[in-house]
Amino acid sequence: MPTAPETQLLWWEGCPSTAKAHELLREALAGEGLDPEAVELVEIETEGDAQRERFVGSPTIRVGGVEVAPADREPIGLSCRIYRLRDGSVSPTPDPEDIREAIREAIS
Amino acid sequence: MNIGDPAPPFELPATDGTSHGLDGSLTAVVFTCNHCPYALAWHDRLLAVARDYDGRARMLLINPNDAERYPRDSAEAMRERVEGDGGWPVPYLRDESQAVARDFGAKTTPDVFVVDADGRLAYRGAPDSDYEDPSQDAAWLRGALDAVLAGETPDPMETDPVGCSVKWAG
Repeated sequence: MPTAPETQLLWWEGCPSTAKAHELLREALAGEGLDPEAVELVEIETEGDAQRERFVGSPTIRVGGVEVAPADREPIGLSCRIYRLRDGSVSPTPDPEDIREAIREAIS
Repeated sequence: MNIGDPAPPFELPATDGTSHGLDGSLTAVVFTCNHCPYALAWHDRLLAVARDYDGRARMLLINPNDAERYPRDSAEAMRERVEGDGGWPVPYLRDESQAVARDFGAKTTPDVFVVDADGRLAYRGAPDSDYEDPSQDAAWLRGALDAVLAGETPDPMETDPVGCSVKWAG
């Protein structure tokens, strides 16, 4: 099995989306033939953690150090992140295709 | 607050400067906000309920989040959102002190409380079973309103609210 890129799921307990985000990430890794266990879970507990990690909301997924869905204009802090799916709808988790694309980009 | 308990009275300001509270009619009190993806995902379904039950039941949307830490939930941001949408069919109320949310025991955004004409809690929980599926159409909320209007007990009477935690101050 090829080595998975560094894959982080940054989460905050105030949002109930962590389990689903983790599942999406594991599925995306497995779908690319990578180890689904390679996900590093990073809990963000305080505003200080959020500042240090430049955390703009839960869940935040980084593959190879790059945000799956860049959010440069979002304020840093403990909140739930709003994603736009490819069909335009609002979601607490990223579009699965965005996750897969980020993984493919990181291993290409 | 448990099913059957009297709902706490309140009076809160809306984005248009008017004030609203319980008035002895069937009312869906929905704690919601601007910045939560779950609240946004359910928003259109809730407004559809408000339109469909107009004249039979009222809906009050209440934003209780701490605006100091979450400026997107400030009264000004609420007003901008409503105006940006060209107006809503329901009042969007600001619970600045968070006292109403605390009195109701609101946990998440959204968190739905159906209060009957006697002022008692008839349903509490999520609008429906899946924020991701618009075809659910706020079925639990609609079912609760239909049941109360028919003089029956909602089934279910209570579900787990799903959404972002209410952002308490301090």
